[in-house]
Amino acid sequence: MRGIAGRAGRRFLSSLPALLGVLVFTFLLMRVLPGDPAIFFASGPNAGQAEIEDIRRRMGLDKPVPEQLLLYLRDVATGNLGRSMTTGQPVLNDLRGRLPASLELTFCALLIALVLAVPLGILAALRPGSLLDHGVRMLCTLGVCVPTFVSGLLLIYVLYYLLGIAPDPTGRIDIFASQPPTVTGFLLVDAALAGDWEAWWAAASQLVLPACTMALFVLAPLARMTRASMLAVLTSDFVRTGEALGLSRRRVILVYALRNALLPVITIMGIVFSTMLGANVLVEKVFSWPGVASYALDALLSSDYAPVQGFVLLMASIFVLVNLVVDLLYGLADPRVSIG
Amino acid sequence: MSATLRHVGWVLRGNPVTLLAGCGCGLMVLAALLGPWIAPYDPVASNVPLALQPPSAAHWFGTDQLGRDVFSRVLVAARLDLAIAASAVSLSFLIGATVGSFCGYAGGRLDAWVGRFVDVLMAFPLFVLAMAMVAALGNRVENIIYATAIINLPFYIRFSRAEVNIRRNLGWVEAARASGNSHVEVVLRFLLPNVLPAMAVQISLNLGWAILNAAGLSFLGLGVRPPTPEWGIMVAEGARFITTGKWWLVACPGAALMFAVLCFNLLGDGLRDILDPRMRT
Repeated sequence: MRGIAGRAGRRFLSSLPALLGVLVFTFLLMRVLPGDPAIFFASGPNAGQAEIEDIRRRMGLDKPVPEQLLLYLRDVATGNLGRSMTTGQPVLNDLRGRLPASLELTFCALLIALVLAVPLGILAALRPGSLLDHGVRMLCTLGVCVPTFVSGLLLIYVLYYLLGIAPDPTGRIDIFASQPPTVTGFLLVDAALAGDWEAWWAAASQLVLPACTMALFVLAPLARMTRASMLAVLTSDFVRTGEALGLSRRRVILVYALRNALLPVITIMGIVFSTMLGANVLVEKVFSWPGVASYALDALLSSDYAPVQGFVLLMASIFVLVNLVVDLLYGLADPRVSIG
Repeated sequence: MSATLRHVGWVLRGNPVTLLAGCGCGLMVLAALLGPWIAPYDPVASNVPLALQPPSAAHWFGTDQLGRDVFSRVLVAARLDLAIAASAVSLSFLIGATVGSFCGYAGGRLDAWVGRFVDVLMAFPLFVLAMAMVAALGNRVENIIYATAIINLPFYIRFSRAEVNIRRNLGWVEAARASGNSHVEVVLRFLLPNVLPAMAVQISLNLGWAILNAAGLSFLGLGVRPPTPEWGIMVAEGARFITTGKWWLVACPGAALMFAVLCFNLLGDGLRDILDPRMRT
């Protein structure tokens, strides 16, 4: 256990330069952004030159750039990400309120993708060249070609307009359904905690379409990787030994082969998650999902830059964190690896 | 040379999909070149009495909310979409391959700094990074190109760096150096051309990704603006009508996008088979 903690610490330290780079980058982003922030914060379009100068001084915009960078780092460290002009709230509060919606969507999508991709990849690898194998391969080839915004809209067309199974594709929960009391912000968890299964069902049925849309997009790399690594593992010596020892096929495949085959799948999880955070923006837009991405997008289109900056910083931090977790998982799954 | 041709022919016979993908790419390039001349209608002329017609013999892909012919718009949009993707990919290829090759050749401090820079780029979810860059640089088409080029850079830098690195001490590189070529010449005239075939695969796969990326950005309302015909923005405009069952506004530009990405991806896979038989799956 100490080894794991030690590795976590070391990996975290080695991801610090990247995090610092991210901070510098978001800072530069703010400096490059068109428009003078001081004018934004001034009382109105007809604010006097003196007032704008005063605001510039108070915001530290008259200081040299390196000093401003330090001030920015201090602000971020104390959780001050600025104030959104559209909502009038501190960006941190807005992001905190909306993050659970995005995370709920992303995690459900990841779960759906894994639950579908891993068995499909295994089945395809067990019978290479079979009809199923070709089917999976075609699904993988097509899956990466369909843009998420198109597949989402087509799913809406088929399941909402044609079949009428799906609910109205806007928002996290039907406006007429009772909202469960907020504990974690994750509607599914909150509803389950409150024992309100009607609300749980309402939230889940809203979640299914966007989550499936995102899952479809990342299904392909996961299934392809599972298939390829399973194929490689199945020809290895230890699988042959297991079979020679008379272990059941199910045991050989599900216990010994699968554990080894999943290692490369874990490795690409980082990339998959990065794609998902990007796809999240598109899916939230298509389904009017009240998450952080749609918040940042609305702000971006109305030239309100503090939320965009906070959002980019948040996404990069989440991504660095995910890569850390992926590394640790990899170490857990394969004790031979010790990443320094 | 004839052995290479035989190998290409053998791969194509065994894999007609690559041939089809190549034809698809050719078709798209043709549409991009000739689009405005072969389009049956004016892609921006509105004709309100004919708005929101489903596909018919006169309008193959139907008409949109202003009565514009969707088929003509999809056809004409090919030029803009392919141009964005092609210029973004060639930009990141030119910069990435050069920088990566020099890093792989020289090593040392330059290599370390570039490596850091790539690490920082890779620490962002790439689509989000592109979004932020378009926001920072200004909401224009050329900035979509720059943003897409920058998020593609890490792959080219890493790839060419690794490929040059394993070759830099080989006999023929030593020979090139010994016969009086400067370091720059060795990289540009000997190492870079040697890495090119492997990069062709990357370029083809990347084109598909760049198209998706650019269309995604313009779907969000960044870069391209209406009424310019562009696949992403056409889907965005059609999205408002999907819950009332006007599927063709989304499905037709969406299918064009899918077709383009599919062709480039399949061509990339095929190129990999032709150029690098070891990587065949």
